[in-house]
Amino acid sequence: MRSSGQIDQGGAEGVPTGSPAAADPVADPREADFQALIDADQRIEPRDWMPDGYRKTLIRQIAQHAHSEIIGMQPEGNWITRAPSLRRKAILMAKVQDEAGHGLYLYCAAETLGVDRAELIDLLHQGRQKYSSIFNYPTLTWADVGAIGWLVDGAAITNQIPLCRCSFGPYARAMVRVCKEESFHQRQGFESLYTLSHGSPEQHEMAQDAVNRWWWPSIEMLGPPDTDSTHSAQSTAWGIKRFSNDALRQRFVDMVAPQAVVLGLTPPDPELRWNEQRGHYDFGEPDFEELRRVVGGDGPCNRQRAAHHLKAHEDGAWVREASAAYAAKHAATTAAA
Amino acid sequence: MSEETPAPLWEVFIRSKRGLSHNHVGSLHAPDAEMALRNARDVYTRRMEGVSIWVVPSAVITASSPDEKDSFFDPAADKPYRHPTFYSIPKEVQQL
Amino acid sequence: MTLVVAGAAAVYTLRIADDCLVLSHRLAQWSSWAPALEDDLALTNIALDLLGQARGMYARIAELDGTGRSEDDYAFLRGERAFVNCQLVEHENGDFATTMVRQLLCSTYQLAQWQALTASTDEQVAAVATKAVKETAYHRDLATDWTLRLGDGTDESHRRMEHALAALWPFTAELFESDAVTREVAALGVGPDPGDLRPEWDAYITRVLGDATLPAPEVSWRPTGGRQGLHTEAFGYMLAEMQHVHRSFPGVTW
Repeated sequence: MRSSGQIDQGGAEGVPTGSPAAADPVADPREADFQALIDADQRIEPRDWMPDGYRKTLIRQIAQHAHSEIIGMQPEGNWITRAPSLRRKAILMAKVQDEAGHGLYLYCAAETLGVDRAELIDLLHQGRQKYSSIFNYPTLTWADVGAIGWLVDGAAITNQIPLCRCSFGPYARAMVRVCKEESFHQRQGFESLYTLSHGSPEQHEMAQDAVNRWWWPSIEMLGPPDTDSTHSAQSTAWGIKRFSNDALRQRFVDMVAPQAVVLGLTPPDPELRWNEQRGHYDFGEPDFEELRRVVGGDGPCNRQRAAHHLKAHEDGAWVREASAAYAAKHAATTAAA
Repeated sequence: MSEETPAPLWEVFIRSKRGLSHNHVGSLHAPDAEMALRNARDVYTRRMEGVSIWVVPSAVITASSPDEKDSFFDPAADKPYRHPTFYSIPKEVQQL
Repeated sequence: MTLVVAGAAAVYTLRIADDCLVLSHRLAQWSSWAPALEDDLALTNIALDLLGQARGMYARIAELDGTGRSEDDYAFLRGERAFVNCQLVEHENGDFATTMVRQLLCSTYQLAQWQALTASTDEQVAAVATKAVKETAYHRDLATDWTLRLGDGTDESHRRMEHALAALWPFTAELFESDAVTREVAALGVGPDPGDLRPEWDAYITRVLGDATLPAPEVSWRPTGGRQGLHTEAFGYMLAEMQHVHRSFPGVTW
């Protein structure tokens, strides 16, 4: 909740300026109270004092998360008009709609930190804020919708469940809502893929092909290896990140590897096997060089996704302006009455 | 792009069923109250979450300051006599 | 491939179902293209309601024509000439003004139709209608609100709304056409003769357009034929896209 003046307004760059006292967090006596709240597993709320770095880290992470939901509407939305049954059409529409809703919840969580959604969207359009690498891959057949539900949503859920306990209250609450609503997303993907895999030979082939293409990007979307992850230590101390990228990756593989057997589909990783001693699945080395390339802007669809979002935003400008003009006109009429 | 003035932010409160109070569920953007209410319905009640919605402009909410936390809330901490558990009653009395 | 239904009640019900399916499909094309996230959610809600209404009606038609066909048979295995939706619902989305004018014109018609259908002698149709009335009342409200906003918003939005009205208005005449099917069905008490819905539609639309400072267009052209399976060129592309995966894998389960 916001009231005027209690939170820092966004600076010219869309990054909050922070209170002057926060310039040197070590010197700020409030830092100890802040850290004590986190260490006691309490939540930080928007009006609490917080270090500038904490605010910036959260804005970056929540915005990136929100952008991912919104850009993520495109690859799946690509198949809404071609869904092969009315039941699947309804499911897919509802799922893509949820992603719009989740983006909205997350933008709102970011806004409690003193930035506006419009600023964040501008930063996205300028390429200065990112979204998940996974959405820069194309959806080429109907089976991709199932594979995304099973693998991409599976990886997303692995990442998101710990965020329900994130130290920043509005983010944690948004994630609780997101996780609750997303519980059907992975199931519908699994069910769709299962139906294809156990259907005609052509359907099975389509399902296997989709898994071949989505398997590694899904494993890579959990982020660079811990040895290269730049923000991890501080984010962990701040209670923003609770598990390392590699720990989440292992958890994800452990979840989907046995599911692949049930699906009757073969993950494209010859090294994937159960390791009795570790009590985990072993798996091959993801191509993190490719991840870097895709995050850096050179994935198959980066340009297309950005252009699509920008066009939708610009095409809608006259609608938003008209709606605001109407509201202003009628507020004036009401005030005069 | 950036020159556009963003629509104001609204806080959304939903009564999930009769007999319960409205709870804060999140926020959204809308140019006026009518659109805010409509958006709240479309965004926050897709899964039968509500029977009634309030929308309030975020800007009109006056909130207590975290800096006043001690003077606002701590004084209540030393008044245990406001809670029923403060009182001992004889065992023979089953219900009170 | 054509898939023809038999009997006036089945044809009548099919017209309603096709209206819902085609309009739902058009609205779903907005996904990820709406002016704001909030609008994306709103348009999809309407599309989902309409899809549900279509499915409810297809289930009934399969019983009425005695074939026991599935909803997907109706949606995916009929060709252009076997769809009997009105041409208004298949009109391309255009800009947001066009979509909202189309929605206002359609939802106002559909609300009057569903209200009358709640009293249908066909209990299943009446049951679908009872649910649809609530949904469609919201669709009409939303379209009304946007019509006011865009009509009385900025010069640009007003101009776009005038343009949209001029483009869509000719297609409204078809909504109220009566023929042997509608007369038979009306006589049986299954549903209203579309012509009877006109006064209510006229009154509401006139009032909203007046409030939105939009003059109702004068038109001489009144395209028709949708109820006989004659559609616009755009419709063929819509069906081709909608049906291609389903038809590429005959007889399988999805």
